[in-house]
Amino acid sequence: MTATGSATAPAFDELETGLEIGRREIAVTRADLVKYAGASGDFNPIHWNNDFAVAVELPGVIAHGMFTMGAAVQLVVDWAGDPGAVVDYQTRFTKPVPVSDTTGRDEPGAVLDVVGTIGALDPEARTARVDLTVTCGGQRVLTKAQAVVRLG
Amino acid sequence: MAINPDLQGRVYPPAEAYDVGREKIREFARAVKAVNPAHFDVETAKSLGHADLVAPPSFAIIIAQRADAQLIADPESGIDFSRVVHAEQRFTHHRPIVAGDRLTAELHVDNVRAMGGGAMITTRAEIASESGEKVATATSSILVRGEGQ
Repeated sequence: MTATGSATAPAFDELETGLEIGRREIAVTRADLVKYAGASGDFNPIHWNNDFAVAVELPGVIAHGMFTMGAAVQLVVDWAGDPGAVVDYQTRFTKPVPVSDTTGRDEPGAVLDVVGTIGALDPEARTARVDLTVTCGGQRVLTKAQAVVRLG
Repeated sequence: MAINPDLQGRVYPPAEAYDVGREKIREFARAVKAVNPAHFDVETAKSLGHADLVAPPSFAIIIAQRADAQLIADPESGIDFSRVVHAEQRFTHHRPIVAGDRLTAELHVDNVRAMGGGAMITTRAEIASESGEKVATATSSILVRGEGQ
């Protein structure tokens, strides 16, 4: 069961639990982390300085958990057609996403795989809960990543 | 230094207001690789019924982390920022955040739980407009790693 994403809002009555709303790959580079640091105001050096990250016992520079959370939900936003329809969004950060330095080369430092599935439907509120599976190199990096979308 | 257990129940009143600007929404949207036109084009946002550009679903983290900074900077808290790991995050939107909003956050320390030599701290930023309308609730759990954790 697969529904393709579209610009128009999905019809609540056509949804069922277990339906896959879409999937995508997100390529991540060190430059993306610098950009996210600037946009969010989170300048923790573990997201841009390798020596610092290693000194605090990390494998190297890791993505901001909030970068992963913010990028993963875009699958849901594009499916819903309106970013304002996402009324609730939560996750746990279970594994760090190490991003290798590919500066000057046209290749990602990490790739996130995102799959969205309808996890629950609330006919009274007319909301759908989309459960996101977010992995990097086959490992789950977010758990209980759930976005609740209000539909017409 | 150990985490102060008396932090639980503490409330930090709203500090400086945060003005949500169009360019900030666009910049943040690009930074999370968002492409929905409601983040970039005012007419599209209006056609969806919004007053102005709509912020991405995780935009409130900017305001929530500013509020959290008050707790981390509080000398009584005992939190070493270099040992902080983000463990959980939730946003509940009472209405979408749009450009032109002027928002404040009241920070509640809901839970402090000792874990090994460190602690798990759950905070809740209640984000509201200047007129007092509830806009979003951002709940964050941070793990402050103890020595050797």
